[in-house]
Amino acid sequence: MPTPYDDMWEKLNLDLAAHEGLLQVLGKFYGDIYLTQEGRLKGMEYLDFVLSEVHGLRIKELQEAKAQGRKVIGTFCVFVPEELVLAADAVCVGLCAGAEIGKEAAEKILPRNTCALIKSFVGFKLSRLCPFIESCDLVVGETTCDGKKKAYEIFDEYAPVYVMEIPQMKQTCDRELWKAEVRRFKERIEEVAGKEITAARLKEAIKLGNRRRRVLQRLNQLRTAVPTPISGRDVLLINQVSFYDDPVRFTAKIGELCDELEKRVKAGEGVVPSGTPRLMLSGCPMAVPNWKLPYIVESSGAVIIGEESCIGTRNIRDLVDESGDTMEEMLEALVDRYLRIDCACFTPNKERLQNIVSMAKDLQVKGVIHFALNFCQPYAIEAFKVGRALEAAGIPMLSIETDYSMEDVEQLKTRVEAFLEMVR
Amino acid sequence: MTANSPLVAGIDIGSRSIELVLLQDGQVVHWDLLPTTFDPLGQCRSLLDRVRAARIVATGYGRKLLLENLDHPEIAAITEIQAYALGARRLFPGVRTILDIGGQDTKAIALTMDGTVSKFEMNDRCAAGTGKFLEFMAVALQVPLEKFGDFALQADRRIQISSMCTVFAESEATSLMARGESPANIAMGLHLAIVSRTLAMLRRVGVTPPVLFAGGVAHNPCIRTLLEESLGESIQVPEQPDLVGALGAALYGQKLVANE
Ligand code: SF4
Ligand code: SF4
Repeated sequence: MPTPYDDMWEKLNLDLAAHEGLLQVLGKFYGDIYLTQEGRLKGMEYLDFVLSEVHGLRIKELQEAKAQGRKVIGTFCVFVPEELVLAADAVCVGLCAGAEIGKEAAEKILPRNTCALIKSFVGFKLSRLCPFIESCDLVVGETTCDGKKKAYEIFDEYAPVYVMEIPQMKQTCDRELWKAEVRRFKERIEEVAGKEITAARLKEAIKLGNRRRRVLQRLNQLRTAVPTPISGRDVLLINQVSFYDDPVRFTAKIGELCDELEKRVKAGEGVVPSGTPRLMLSGCPMAVPNWKLPYIVESSGAVIIGEESCIGTRNIRDLVDESGDTMEEMLEALVDRYLRIDCACFTPNKERLQNIVSMAKDLQVKGVIHFALNFCQPYAIEAFKVGRALEAAGIPMLSIETDYSMEDVEQLKTRVEAFLEMVR
Repeated sequence: MTANSPLVAGIDIGSRSIELVLLQDGQVVHWDLLPTTFDPLGQCRSLLDRVRAARIVATGYGRKLLLENLDHPEIAAITEIQAYALGARRLFPGVRTILDIGGQDTKAIALTMDGTVSKFEMNDRCAAGTGKFLEFMAVALQVPLEKFGDFALQADRRIQISSMCTVFAESEATSLMARGESPANIAMGLHLAIVSRTLAMLRRVGVTPPVLFAGGVAHNPCIRTLLEESLGESIQVPEQPDLVGALGAALYGQKLVANE
């Protein structure tokens, strides 16, 4: 079917036929998982719209921005300080990597035992399916896990890649390294964007980044009401969309959605009956359209009220200190904020264990489901310690390892249901 | 037995067979089983048509199929994990650890003192280490499945087969055969491989005695012997190890009736 965007996609060198297939699958998947929900907030219509236009209107906006001389910077990890991108008047898009569609192409150049997320972004590029990647003037990688680190070397042959070095520990010398990396990144962004990052601009960008984090924090606060006023799937979607939507518009829209949510909470309305067991997810990021596990959990009679993940609280928990005025003070503030990220790539990573336990306690969840992508060593190995920390706190945990394919859905359902029978 | 106390059915729809247990006043009054075939729903219907159950509880991988397709006013579903826990405690009240090896999956379940599930493990999507593996290997060695355990017990030495993947294990077995290893020794090696994999799963939930071994593979005397050897203690095997899930489902149904 022709669409108003065909010309644009063609210019971006997408494989049009395969791309149409992707959009159809995505649309069907979204319909089944999202549009079948009852009692959704009116405010979710915005998200439905954004998602339906994810490769359309949003890409058009990016092309328009590019026509005005603004640059588009793609990122894969919440470690990349977005504030610097925004301060250079560039557009920052978090590249998702949650679909299985390019897997075959990816496996031609990557070992089969590579995590699904890495296969996905490489596969998207090789199969020419992602208009975001194709719009990027720079793709920022990072030295987090070995899989990504080595995959960027290959990706570099297909896209303009820049890699930030992320330390593996959090000692004083690591902070020094990280600070040097933040500076180096600032310079590179200025060069690509052709604009100087001034203190005044950076200050604005820091405030904007924080505003978006605050609105998501507000959402996370409101969702804890009993009865649960919004599904975990919907909150996950909002978090996912935060990575590629325009930050100012997104913050305003989610603010409105929160107002609506607040009314609902006051009226004591919920999307599930009040006795529904409440769970928390923890682990690897779930990128669009990886809604598999939340869907299984929520169609098994539970509801998710927290995501300890990069597409979740890890991305919004900590704000950047806004008090600095000089460039130096602000860079310091960025360095501190980003080093607080408790990704499993760090060693040791006690903060994450503490954060998970205190989050589970605050939310008073019945249990935690730990999610690791197959072949993701950092998270899969850390799952053991997470389980022990939660056990010591008297909170049951179910550890799941899976990927984007649908073949294990029945087995996962059994495990999730058995877990629910156990914690109820 | 009063004429009007209701019949409660538990039905366990597994990948190989479907079992039915009927309870009345807490006693098993009837049981039956059929192979799953390609028409599990039809098989369930023929099992259920023979009885008049006031309430049905389904378990096993086909539980949803029945729940969604059987037109019965009182039907519910529980997972195999819970069904096995309930069934096992009924047969052996003190049991703390359950191992179930079925046609396509293996489960290890830890129970608290009062019989609730405290931890469980299941194999992932691969059938390695399940009944399917034994079935496949029995065919490869041309031994009837029911005799496979006894056959392996005739081994005169223990060889190691390292591959748990059905395809690789078969080629490993073939090359052993080519080197003149006796079929019984190879069969033993295959049984040992399953047991070592199962033990790893059991240890992840923790092995607190008494241990109950259920599921179709519990019929196999070689697996039983090897498990006891490695655990260093005796394990309980119910008289009809395939019925534990269906029994548990029926017991759950009875609880539902009692709560009404
Ligand atoms: S999980 Fe780690 S590597 Fe992945 S996005 Fe988060 S911080 Fe980056
Ligand atoms: S999920 Fe794990 S293996 Fe995959 S990119 Fe993230 S950290 Fe690396």
